[in-house]
Amino acid sequence: MAADSYEDVVKNKESIPALEVAPQDLYHAKSFWTKYIFCQDAKVIGIQYGLTAVAIGLVGLVSSWLMRMQIAFPGFIPMDAAQYYQLVTMHGMIMVVYLLTALFLGGFGNYLIPLMVGARDMVFPYVNMVSFWVFFLAVIILASSYFVPGGPTGAGWTLYPPQAITSGTPGGDGLGIVLMLVSLAVFVIGFTMGGLNYVITVLQARTRGMTLMRLPLTVWGIFTATVLALFAFPALFVAGIMMTLDNMLGTSFFMPAIIQFGEKLTHEGGSPILFQHLFWFFGHPEVYIVALPAFGIVSDLISVHARKNIFGYRMMVWAIVIIGGLSFVVWAHHMYVAGMNPWFGFFFATTTLIIAVPTAIKVYNWVLTLWRGNIKLTLPMLFSIAFIITFVNGGLTGLFLGNVAVDVPLSDTYFVVAHFHMVMGIAPVLVILGSVYHWFPLITGRFLNERLGKIHFWVTFIGSYSIYFPMHYLGFMGVTRRYFEVFEGEAFTYSITGINQFITVAALVTGAAQFLFIYNIIVSSKFGKKAGKNPWKACSLEWRTKDVPPTHGNFDKELPVVYRWAYDYSVPGADEDYITQDTPPSAVANARAEQT
Amino acid sequence: MEESSSSVQVVIPPKESFAKEWSSDQKAFKGVPWGKAMMWIFLVSDTFVFSIFLISYMTVRFSTKNEWPNPSEVFGLHVGQANVPLLLIAIMTFILITSSGTMALAVKYGYEKNRKMCGYLMLATAVLGASFVGMQAFEWTKLIMEGVRPWSNPFGAPQFGAIFFMITGFHGTHVTIGVIFLFIMTYKVFRGHFDTGKRGFFTSQKSDYEAIEIMGLYWHFVDLVWVFIFAFFYLW
Repeated sequence: MAADSYEDVVKNKESIPALEVAPQDLYHAKSFWTKYIFCQDAKVIGIQYGLTAVAIGLVGLVSSWLMRMQIAFPGFIPMDAAQYYQLVTMHGMIMVVYLLTALFLGGFGNYLIPLMVGARDMVFPYVNMVSFWVFFLAVIILASSYFVPGGPTGAGWTLYPPQAITSGTPGGDGLGIVLMLVSLAVFVIGFTMGGLNYVITVLQARTRGMTLMRLPLTVWGIFTATVLALFAFPALFVAGIMMTLDNMLGTSFFMPAIIQFGEKLTHEGGSPILFQHLFWFFGHPEVYIVALPAFGIVSDLISVHARKNIFGYRMMVWAIVIIGGLSFVVWAHHMYVAGMNPWFGFFFATTTLIIAVPTAIKVYNWVLTLWRGNIKLTLPMLFSIAFIITFVNGGLTGLFLGNVAVDVPLSDTYFVVAHFHMVMGIAPVLVILGSVYHWFPLITGRFLNERLGKIHFWVTFIGSYSIYFPMHYLGFMGVTRRYFEVFEGEAFTYSITGINQFITVAALVTGAAQFLFIYNIIVSSKFGKKAGKNPWKACSLEWRTKDVPPTHGNFDKELPVVYRWAYDYSVPGADEDYITQDTPPSAVANARAEQT
Repeated sequence: MEESSSSVQVVIPPKESFAKEWSSDQKAFKGVPWGKAMMWIFLVSDTFVFSIFLISYMTVRFSTKNEWPNPSEVFGLHVGQANVPLLLIAIMTFILITSSGTMALAVKYGYEKNRKMCGYLMLATAVLGASFVGMQAFEWTKLIMEGVRPWSNPFGAPQFGAIFFMITGFHGTHVTIGVIFLFIMTYKVFRGHFDTGKRGFFTSQKSDYEAIEIMGLYWHFVDLVWVFIFAFFYLW
């Protein structure tokens, strides 16, 4: 057949467009090392990313337990202020960068992008493999900071200078801060290699018939987040280099003239606020790097488990893109109290509040997808509903903090802690958990145990609300975050100790539930109920592979050809309640599916 | 439908409007190979890195209390009796821009499968790049001898030395990486790897002359960045 243009394909539904992408030349591993360790298969790399991220994430989880113990029951676990700050810092950095970013983009991105766009692998499998091992190196460097004299840095995850590199801060005059900065720089390098792969795979390696507007929203979310990361991480990278130089060579990029213990330091003339600008130019897009994949994935979960097409697909795509664009012009709302020009604050408050529009569109569309759907309360669906509720809660407190006048008194209180944990901690984690329940049958061919899953869900959902809802109240009371000890007395008229103890108990229980989840994964991967092909009756291509679990090369001899979007659920007239993306129109002639 | 026969034949569709290409299937950039698209996106990301370096430089230049040294005095060279401002930098800039020209010609001859001309021009580019790095090393040595350090310098604001070493060092690293790859590519051109499609040692992918163009993109980018560094750091 000659080259058919896209219009011809639309007119003549059965014709297949000519092949524009040459068949990929895959490296076929022969030895154990190239098959499982230095593997070039994106699916294996995805699992490697996931396991590494979860492993270091457990360190972050235990850190949060220890912190909570100190706040609620001081002295129960012996620790001094320096150790407490180290826990706070490592918890924050691990969770945001090494767990969430790596898991969403490295883990889900690697596993799902090639499968969902109908490619055999990422476009450059070798670079992809190197990307994981560089990330692994970054995690090793980060973990090694626990074992150097002085321990890891305790500067807070924002690492603000000058305190981050002065001797009063734990790890500030030792290797702690250096290892943190080096680890971040290495992470950025590793991520760039992977991220370029994800972007080009989505743009240039889709299968025939797969237009951008037929991509599952999961791919849109991960794709947009990757683009954000490629443009935002440079700021962190450069800031990291400059701070390392300040610390190691005694330059003064971020260091003003300082008198410490009566002695003038050698630094002078630097700009600490420059670091804050650079950090948040990375830091705010980072929020959406974590949130956008969650938005995308949850849209797919809701659609599959409510047996209904996603409401307003095009709006969902544009909302993701617009949120991504706006996320680059809001960064200074993290710096209202940093001493900026007030006009700056006004500008950034405006842009921040504008982001509420596309995010609200997304929330409405999720709810309208559920509306009169055939909702199946499976575990992925439960987690998705929990996500919507949590995200709305966290988003509403964002409106408070986005306004300068309201933010100033609430700044650096537990209200902020509650806000960002709700919106970018709990909400994305709920999506991760839900999507593990959803895609576990694809990855291993077996279901996770439903009963354990239900316990896990309810403990996690109620537990995380028990943790973070009272924190809003603590914040209104004026309890400041990052304090080693909070005393009751004249400052706080009500019993904050009781609330703190309640939160700590909730945190311990919720954390323990995650170990139940890990137990479930380990046991079910061997003894779980067999799932078979496409157990959720989903439309998207990842379930249309030759083998389940998919093997190297993903698909059969021929790549699938796509005729429709990924959301043809409950189409009137069709024999089944779903039509997979690669079903030709002639096979479902009676179905009244709209041409997408 | 003749699936099996059409699947072997790869078609590069004709140029269409932006909207049509992006709403089509398979490729958003029609006819653009993966490697080239990937290099472009990488360069955009790297643009952010250098922009942030330069913006930080400008911020620090305003924030420091000490006087900023006059670059045309600091970077002057004594020729006989006269102090010629920015002489070395002018030569370096000239060399780097020339190397962009030879690189562009190498790409042209590469696509014409003119192995010899392509190889010689690649070699010329590599040598010009290496001489740029050499002159930069000379400049660094000269300034270090005059007492310029990352934490202080005899001319004024301490940030001057810090910025100088950091930005030119980072750019120099880019040039050095480029030179190394240029030499590897030159070797591959002369050995005919791009004609025979020899598989890469690490990547196991077939070699193609398209690699020369990708190399060229990177090289022109490094050159362009230098123009900005030259304008903002040496001329301002």
